[in-house]
Amino acid sequence: MIFSNLAEKLQDTFDKLRGKGKLNEKDVKAALKEVKMALLEADVNYKVVKKFINKIEERAVGKEVMESLTPGQHVIKIVNEEMQELMGGSKEEIAISSEPPTIIMMAGLQGSGKTTSAGKLARKFAKDGKKPLLVAGDVYRPAAIRQLQVLGERLEIPVFSMGDDSDPVDIARGSINYAASHNCDLIILDTAGRLHIDQEMMAELEEVKAAVEPDEILLVVDAMTGQDAVNVAKNFDQRLDINGVILTKMDGDARGGAALSIKAITGKPIKFAGTGEKLADLEEFHPDRMASRILGMGDVLSLIEKA
Amino acid sequence: MGFLQRLKEGLRKTKQGFVDKVSNVFSGRTNIDDDLFEELEEVLIQADVGVKTTFALIEKLQEDVETENITEPEELMNYFQKELQTMLQNQEGGFKLDKKLNIIMVVGVNGAGKTTTIAKIAGRYKNQGKKVMLAAGDTFRAGAIEQLQIWGDRLGVNVIAQQEGSDAAAVAYDAVQSARARDVDLLIIDTAGRLHTQTNLMEELKKVKRVIDREAAEIAAGVEVLLVLDATTGQNAIAQAKLFNQAVNVDGVALTKLDGTAKGGIVIAVKNELGLPIKLIGVGEAAEDLQNFDPEEFIEALFSSDQ
Ligand SMILES: Nc1nc2c(ncn2[C@@H]2O[C@H](COP(=O)(O)OP(=O)(O)OP(=O)(O)O)[C@@H](O)[C@H]2O)c(=O)[nH]1
Ligand SMILES: Nc1nc2c(ncn2[C@@H]2O[C@H](COP(=O)(O)OP(=O)(O)OP(=O)(O)O)[C@@H](O)[C@H]2O)c(=O)[nH]1
Ligand SMILES: [Mg+2]
Ligand SMILES: [Mg+2]
Repeated sequence: MIFSNLAEKLQDTFDKLRGKGKLNEKDVKAALKEVKMALLEADVNYKVVKKFINKIEERAVGKEVMESLTPGQHVIKIVNEEMQELMGGSKEEIAISSEPPTIIMMAGLQGSGKTTSAGKLARKFAKDGKKPLLVAGDVYRPAAIRQLQVLGERLEIPVFSMGDDSDPVDIARGSINYAASHNCDLIILDTAGRLHIDQEMMAELEEVKAAVEPDEILLVVDAMTGQDAVNVAKNFDQRLDINGVILTKMDGDARGGAALSIKAITGKPIKFAGTGEKLADLEEFHPDRMASRILGMGDVLSLIEKA
Repeated sequence: MGFLQRLKEGLRKTKQGFVDKVSNVFSGRTNIDDDLFEELEEVLIQADVGVKTTFALIEKLQEDVETENITEPEELMNYFQKELQTMLQNQEGGFKLDKKLNIIMVVGVNGAGKTTTIAKIAGRYKNQGKKVMLAAGDTFRAGAIEQLQIWGDRLGVNVIAQQEGSDAAAVAYDAVQSARARDVDLLIIDTAGRLHTQTNLMEELKKVKRVIDREAAEIAAGVEVLLVLDATTGQNAIAQAKLFNQAVNVDGVALTKLDGTAKGGIVIAVKNELGLPIKLIGVGEAAEDLQNFDPEEFIEALFSSDQ
């Protein structure tokens, strides 16, 4: 990766400027050019990058440089702080309804990881002492129901299905009765993958939402997503008012700039990270780690934190 | 619907954004200045063309302005189209299938669209009167075998499969033997999705490829490796292409999900940086949503304004 050593690059840019007391506009601009490239390389949306860079510039120009830091490190420090703020700080939990069942609905593009993440959530909640029910709401994709059933068997968690001739709205409704009669207090609704511009399919999700009023709607997004992440997130959020995001396939080497874009565009928190294909591979999302990952410089950040 | 028409239809969404934006950059201004290049940068990056390729393109254009004495923005737009064409030239869409037995092994990261693309290719050649067979080489993901079998049933194509969890190389071996025994023209082998960074899974893929190569050599069959890339993917597609190519020598790329708003600019980066030809594009979830990639028509479809 070309920009994996952004920190070194910044160090270089600033080596000549050591000993200067204040960050002047020209120096900051030079440093921010590298930051901009790093963010773009990480797939952060172009518009989000532009706004972000402007904000940093405003904050950085004219600042006294801390003694313990080089000017480059100082800029990184500011970048890091802004990044943390954008990504959101505190841990975000799933809202458990005081009146069971709690209903969680998955949504997202084709192949993003909805069905797998539904299984992972079911496992997590079962471990927490809940009695989850998985609901096979994808009646389109070949063997989507079977896929969920296999996951259910592995987890020993019930799967509610009405086959693939039924309407997803009826399936969602039906699952509530089923949950009640089987003592399940948490429903996880799998849905078919769909494009955010597919009006009919998006309307279907709205109908499911209206029918069962989920406590949580989670948008499942692939960490490898490029610039289009903002369009996807914006559309799903506008139509469904999502509660949060699951960022999947974080076990790869994608820098995951989509996370920053989605947060910046929707303001909705990223609640979980998918870190593998196995059902145990679901983690809490750590905004701070994500910030370093997007910038591609874990070590220097810890260095700065110590200073 | 003719080919071009279908391509245009499929790429309508892609084009709308791209064409409008590109012509906005060049027309309606009198000078070629920094603003123009910055706007072009924005358009290219937002189309996921990739940071490196974007800057290479812009540098080339800036050179053109100098050496060719270009003063009119509209004239520069022609150069821009030509540069894009140059980057995408020298590739042929589709497959030749000129051997007695032709084998296509399909690889790619999780959820990219491998299995669906296999169904689409099978449907196309079945319609052309070829005897097609599929091999369920994804023995790992829940419901993967059933997914391929459902496609096989729909298309009236034989599917060679073993139990979930069995050795993928053994499935491939079986499949080549049966294909040979049954006088099949085209055998398409599915593989489990895997991230290019998972070394053990990449080793497994190499093993599958070795088995296919060995069996194929004995009967002088043709083997091609098709890498499936999701158009929604950002810069990570380049790393995917690089590492899959290193592991199993990719012969061509299928770019899926171009029916969304993702611009698919990564095609340009993959072709330009790695020289891998783009053979097919996926423009939907149905069996017929497959097109040959044709650079001329692709770019024409991107730029023609038939709205
Ligand atoms: N490496 C990795 N793979 C994942 C992760 N989450 C899901 N996958 C894989 O991604 C692929 C797609 O996952 P699915 O759960 O089927 O995705 P989906 O969104 O339900 O797909 P559709 O129903 O077709 O829209 C599968 O191969 C999964 O095993 C993850 O966090 N890491
Ligand atoms: N809109 C659209 N969806 C597609 C296209 N190609 C595949 N899909 C969908 O993407 C999802 C994943 O496709 P699969 O073919 O299962 O992908 P895969 O690469 O085999 O996935 P794994 O085996 O889990 O790694 C499914 O919901 C497909 O219907 C396409 O060109 N356009
Ligand atoms: Mg699914
Ligand atoms: Mg598959």
